Amino acid sequence: MTPSGAELIRQIKSEVREVDPAAVHADLHANGSGSGAVVIDVRESEEWDTGHVPGAQHVSRSFLESRIDGVIPDRDTPVVLYCASGNRSALAAHTLQTQLGYTNVSSMIGGITLWKDRGYEVGQPQTLSKEQRERYGRHLLLPEIGSEGQTKLLNAKVLLLGAGGLGSPTALYLAAAGVGTLGLVDDDVVDLSNLQRQVIHSTSRVGIPKVDSAEQAINDLNPDVKVVKYQTRLNADNIMDIVEGWEVIVDGVDNFPTRYLLNDATVRLGIPVVSASILGFDGQLSIFQPHDGPCYRCLYPVPPPAELAPSCGANGVLGVLPGTMGLLQATEVVKLVAGIGEPLIGRLLLYEALSATFTELKVRKDPDCPICSRAEEITDEEMGVFPDYEAFCAAAG
Amino acid sequence: MSTIKIPPVLRPSVGGEKELQAEGASVGEILRDLAGKHPATQAQLFSGDGELNRYVNVYLNDEDVRVLDGLKTPVSPSDTLVILPAMAGGA
Repeated sequence: MTPSGAELIRQIKSEVREVDPAAVHADLHANGSGSGAVVIDVRESEEWDTGHVPGAQHVSRSFLESRIDGVIPDRDTPVVLYCASGNRSALAAHTLQTQLGYTNVSSMIGGITLWKDRGYEVGQPQTLSKEQRERYGRHLLLPEIGSEGQTKLLNAKVLLLGAGGLGSPTALYLAAAGVGTLGLVDDDVVDLSNLQRQVIHSTSRVGIPKVDSAEQAINDLNPDVKVVKYQTRLNADNIMDIVEGWEVIVDGVDNFPTRYLLNDATVRLGIPVVSASILGFDGQLSIFQPHDGPCYRCLYPVPPPAELAPSCGANGVLGVLPGTMGLLQATEVVKLVAGIGEPLIGRLLLYEALSATFTELKVRKDPDCPICSRAEEITDEEMGVFPDYEAFCAAAG
Repeated sequence: MSTIKIPPVLRPSVGGEKELQAEGASVGEILRDLAGKHPATQAQLFSGDGELNRYVNVYLNDEDVRVLDGLKTPVSPSDTLVILPAMAGGA
């Protein structure tokens, strides 16, 4: 005789381990000494949006089998599932342990209802509007991003240094991805010769400031994005005011002195820099995350002499190259903001377009680095210490 | 013979090549062999006292030779040396 639905649930519940909300709460607040369990909310999106256990991740039961691998790849990770009252989570737990081979699964008794009755805190997710759900739908389908990651992107503040070759593609794709606040620093105006590669600008906007031109393109693409414009050139006098308060900085500046100055300011403020540079057919990319990895001065302790630093005048560059490198930067920014993947920290990626090869090199933190390997704060006088820029470029001829 | 990858700024000094072969059992020997064949690279790679210039990074495969044994780091024929100068172009 086939069992009733209620009988089946009772049967399955007897086959899965159930835990009390008090145990889950204690585990989540164990400050590093907990089991490391991943808490998964298996309810539907609308239920999740009304509030959830803080720190939980959302994988609705209807997408459990297709998405759980992306969220918990290791079958031996401790997993606690919950739903509204403890039935759906028991069924989901049964699926994970009997059909998918998870070895340490439990279901929270009484679900979020009992959790709330016990007086435990409930996280209120920032909900996406109907239009945002449609716009970012392809992100929401990725378990690594989902509505939580998309919300992080919408709340993120990313500063782009330069709205030129690298900044153009980076700004467009970060705007499309829904990065909520984009800062643009550039003192230049759009020139016809920029349009071979600076795709955020357009023929009709030649002659207008790049920050204004970029703002127009960003607003056209995605009205969710707030643009903060700095029509200026970064220097020692304004850098602290400009870079403070940003979550990630994207470095696409075209000269060495500013790169050293930026490094020193961001190490002082603890802001990660996604850095790229291009020349001809070649590009370099890395992330300098203060204190977790090396800084720009660990990689390049001293600048090259002017004759080996073709960054002062106009140099040839393949038009699509800043697109390639800028989009690798944008990808790293999204990863940093969403907290996913393995960011390019302590690694330098070289791209050679003509041979279509990537080379990865290790970048070590220099224990003697005068900027990032020190306990005391970097003073204003020490920031951006560099040969005089005018003299540096004049020497390059 | 080990392979040396030449960065864009040094290519004019080696006849435009992106990759060269050079002889030697250590990083120093190989770079000196390169400088012997292409004298324009001598001053770009080495300071007056024969040490590597501070602004030139050299990698044995993917590791900076500064964290290995510098110019004395042993090299086998199957290894690749990467010479890497800083670049600052962005526009």
